[in-house]
Amino acid sequence: MSYHYDECIDGALATHDKSAVVAQLQARIPDLQILYEQEDLRPFECDGLAAYRATPMLVALPDKVEQVAALLKFASAQKIPVVARGAGTGLSGGALPLDKGILLVMARFNRILEVDPEAGIARVQPGVRNLAISQAAAPYGLYYAPDPSSQIACSIGGNVAENAGGVHCLKYGLTVNNILKLEILTIDGERITLGSEALDAPGFDFLALFTGSEGMLGIVTEVTVKLLTKPQSAKVLLASFDDVEKAGAAVAQIIGAGVIPGGLEMMDNLAIRAAEDFIHAGYPVDAEAILLCEVDGVESDVQEDVERVEALLRAAGATDIRLAGDEAERQRFWAGRKNAFPAVGRISPDYYCMDGTIPRRELPRVLKSIEELSNEYGLRVANVFHAGDGNMHPLILFDANAPGETERAEALGAKILELCVAVGGSITGEHGVGREKINQMCAQFNSDELSFFHALKAAFDPDGLLNPGKNVPTLHRCAEFGSMHVHHGALPFPELERF
Amino acid sequence: MLIEPVSMDDSERLVAEISQARADGTPLKIRGGNSKAFLGRPVHGTPIDTRSHRGVLSYDPTELVITARAGTPVAELNAVLDAAGQMLPCEPPAFDGMATVGGMVAAGLAGPRRPWSGSVRDFVLGCRVITGEAKHLRFGGEVMKNVAGYDVSRLLAGSFGCLGLITEVSLKVLPKPRALGSLALDLSADEALRELSAWRRAALPISGAAHVDGRLHVRLEGGTGSVASALDRIGGSELDSRFWDDLREHRLAFFDDPRPLWRLSLPNAAPLVRLPGDTLLDWAGAQRWLKSDAPAVTIRQIAHAAGGHATCFTPRVDAEPFTPLPQALLRFHQQLKQQLDPRGLFNPGRLYAGL
Repeated sequence: MSYHYDECIDGALATHDKSAVVAQLQARIPDLQILYEQEDLRPFECDGLAAYRATPMLVALPDKVEQVAALLKFASAQKIPVVARGAGTGLSGGALPLDKGILLVMARFNRILEVDPEAGIARVQPGVRNLAISQAAAPYGLYYAPDPSSQIACSIGGNVAENAGGVHCLKYGLTVNNILKLEILTIDGERITLGSEALDAPGFDFLALFTGSEGMLGIVTEVTVKLLTKPQSAKVLLASFDDVEKAGAAVAQIIGAGVIPGGLEMMDNLAIRAAEDFIHAGYPVDAEAILLCEVDGVESDVQEDVERVEALLRAAGATDIRLAGDEAERQRFWAGRKNAFPAVGRISPDYYCMDGTIPRRELPRVLKSIEELSNEYGLRVANVFHAGDGNMHPLILFDANAPGETERAEALGAKILELCVAVGGSITGEHGVGREKINQMCAQFNSDELSFFHALKAAFDPDGLLNPGKNVPTLHRCAEFGSMHVHHGALPFPELERF
Repeated sequence: MLIEPVSMDDSERLVAEISQARADGTPLKIRGGNSKAFLGRPVHGTPIDTRSHRGVLSYDPTELVITARAGTPVAELNAVLDAAGQMLPCEPPAFDGMATVGGMVAAGLAGPRRPWSGSVRDFVLGCRVITGEAKHLRFGGEVMKNVAGYDVSRLLAGSFGCLGLITEVSLKVLPKPRALGSLALDLSADEALRELSAWRRAALPISGAAHVDGRLHVRLEGGTGSVASALDRIGGSELDSRFWDDLREHRLAFFDDPRPLWRLSLPNAAPLVRLPGDTLLDWAGAQRWLKSDAPAVTIRQIAHAAGGHATCFTPRVDAEPFTPLPQALLRFHQQLKQQLDPRGLFNPGRLYAGL
């Protein structure tokens, strides 16, 4: 099925004369850089989900908040859709342009406005890279905790839009738990402040609502983040297992024993071999699964926890346990995991990364089902898993040049996500719905819940101009493309006619 | 306290009552244990009681998630967690054991650990809610990470029941710390804030810091090694850990003062500001309790100048117990209310007039 915006099912969009829009924008906001020639638009056709491409009507590259406000006022008056984009590293097509829309690129807002070590906060513009915040805070012994794998490139505005996670979420939380305040421009170009530098703010928690809202409610123009004191010590254990189920049980044992690791990651054999081949991290290539368990904090507590975890791993049947002897080895252990995606990219022409979450206890059942699906669809799947927080990243290996394989990979991916929902999980833990998982939303939410989302959106963007076609499907889309399996003997969306 | 766990699904009655109210166009006044009735503007509406919809629905300590119906007493939830060596880190008040899980989330009040652990909403993973259309919906879930759709469950936290009736909540929980210790030092408020700042930079495992009557009270939680060395470094005298319960439940002598009680929420590093009355600094200074007869406008000006806001915790003192919102922000509150509760069924006016 096509990922392209379909006005018949995603909603009608107004049509505009491109040259007239360009001329009006240039007249109204003379200092705003606009790209509109076909060859200039090409680099903006996709985000990190490169398989999905569309050419925007035009690209706006503002560097002043006033320009963004004026642009939004104009777009709102003219009913032109606006898709916001940060660094363009998102993996769900959340910044996929619309050919009838403006792509609003916020990347030039790249200044760190303030680091206040006393208050433990940093005030930054939305285009600042995630890692740059921690680098600016480092001289004070502080850092910004959420660390998505793309942190070297991804921007904090995009992190807010997607509620980005990382490998340290279980202990340190997601983006929503690590920001204090947002400056927002509404679709009418009106400025509002959400949250405050205090720990709470009066009124509804719009700060939480906007985090993860995928650019559908407003445009982030400034972010105030919390900074944490860097842990004194961090140690990582690498445990091998001859059985994936045993590795899963070990995770439950560690957490049940009251240890909350800073990071707890699992990889299956295919992922281990790919990573080892690429990084030479010293991974055991014959293991069915490995666990990477990092404990961090004050030196004496870390020592205590390492001993406890080691005993638990042994009792859980680990065939080999290694403690990284020094910082270099610790980095090497992590490098294998952090490069698992490109590593898989080396053994397959293409791969498709999934992002479902499940209750951890369902892991053996889900992995078994993924294996069966993998056989059924004739495509290999490598599993990388944020084991501590139940976020799976099955990587489906395929060849886009082989006829039908892309479609098969997408279909297999959809099945895996529906499986996650069926065991009580979610179709996306940290990558967002974007355009990619728009149909699977129909499996996770019923029509009343989707209608509730639409009502909520209408409170902020009544004309649906901000990022239309993403995050929440229309009821018509669900009627047409949604999972048609029968729940409790009733077809989903019985009130809608089928096309 | 011995708590008899009770499980009962009374959601059909709640849906029916909301459906009726919708048909009649009569507003509802949501109540659980009524333990926070003192907070907010008066609501005129037919009472709807959540207490019969109660019970822990699922809890697996190794998943770090508990799901309970809204009417479950917070004390019961705590007892279940305690038995498994876990806790709700945001430490919500139970107010004489009356508080319910639904009310805890709706009000979003957190205890002394809040600056270090996170707020109530930080631990909300999912919820079920009955909407203005009398539909019983589910948002979020029982998993740690979930970014599908808008984050309705966290939006409902602290919304004072103005957007719908919460019937069920899934919460992230954590293991209780292995070691803890409490101590008290004679220090002025000024000195206390300076010391706290230094201890924060030194990453001491602090999980409570309150200053009242010339004494700084500190709680430490973590591994045995870090707590022992922090106790050594801070010094002072041993403190009965029940202090933290009394602080959380507003049972300290400070709260007996007959003057109105105000809560100021200020930025982390806000300096000591002169407040017109007696103060208790909690949350290492980020939450300041004030007993004062001063006019609301004076107290709000001080809070605003310091970068924060002030809430009146004594009923009928000020017509607007919550800090009034800027015009634009208020308009989006009204538009959201209009969209999600178009007939104005749920707790109309509890937060602000017209909401």
